Amino acid sequence: MKTNIYLYIFVMAFATWCMRVIPSLIMRKPIENRFAKSFLHYVPYVTLAVMTFPAIVEATDEPVAGLVAFAAGIIAAWFGANLINVAAVCCITVLFIELMI
Amino acid sequence: MLFLEGVRVGFPIGLGYFAVAFSLGIAARGYGFTPFQGFLSSLITYASAGQYMGFSLYAVNGTILQLIILTVIINLRYILMGFALNQRMPAGTALSRRILVGSCITDEIFGATIARPGVPSPYYTFGALLTAVPMWAAGTAIGIGMGNILPAKIVSALSVALFGMFIATIIPASKKDRRIMAAVVTAFICSYIAGAVPALSELSQGTRTIILTIGISALFALILPVPEGAEDSEEIKKEVLSHED
Repeated sequence: MKTNIYLYIFVMAFATWCMRVIPSLIMRKPIENRFAKSFLHYVPYVTLAVMTFPAIVEATDEPVAGLVAFAAGIIAAWFGANLINVAAVCCITVLFIELMI
Repeated sequence: MLFLEGVRVGFPIGLGYFAVAFSLGIAARGYGFTPFQGFLSSLITYASAGQYMGFSLYAVNGTILQLIILTVIINLRYILMGFALNQRMPAGTALSRRILVGSCITDEIFGATIARPGVPSPYYTFGALLTAVPMWAAGTAIGIGMGNILPAKIVSALSVALFGMFIATIIPASKKDRRIMAAVVTAFICSYIAGAVPALSELSQGTRTIILTIGISALFALILPVPEGAEDSEEIKKEVLSHED
């Protein structure tokens, strides 16, 4: 028998929310342990880096467009472009290259 | 106002979400979801990889227990992100503030929150969440309802918006802190290798993200630990100078 789809949807949402707030429930103050502190210092950037590459190359219809967008985004961000502008640079790069091909 | 600042960053995030949700919707349609069911699940779950897993599990009659276990595994990165955000909050921060900020965690909102200096604010995160998530939910519903109406080239171009935002978060931090740069470059290389090596590439994207994040962050915490008491580059510079004495 198939589980009720709404029960399914609510369980999925609640389980996901729990993952978001578990750290908030158990942390009372910043961690002092040097290893743990250093670990958490790196986590945000490493996780975003892992999620970005090579996924950006796989997201576009033409892999080369994703690769060039990746490079263009890094250059734009390096020279101080903000969040929105970097995203726009990446999108326009892909559009431009895929129209050329 | 912090809330409006969140709205401003939430809008481009939402545009990216819309494109991704659209393709999620096309998948959900194949798994038998109606536009309303897709809209509801996106509105209250707002987790891309997790939802994709949930939809596909429903299609193969997965049990509630399987759903819970897989949701926990796929979204483990949210726990890491939650710890990283709470690390930015001083002792004595109200529990409500911690929970509200944590509730807003998505890959992109986390990225935007981390990129912003100072203690994470629930006004900022909710400004972003309340702007971006309705677009995520609408994209899912429209994807289910209408299938492919946007030209493929537009979908392809929009699909990199999210990655652009990730890049905009990691690059300025790398420029300021060479240890982060080393970790980021290592992460790019390892992630590429993990996607190409047969045994590792069979793992889901979410599982690979967790393994690589924990492995690389732990490695760098061991070989390049953050100096005691140093939170920003100023203090790091002072520490370096005092070592030169």
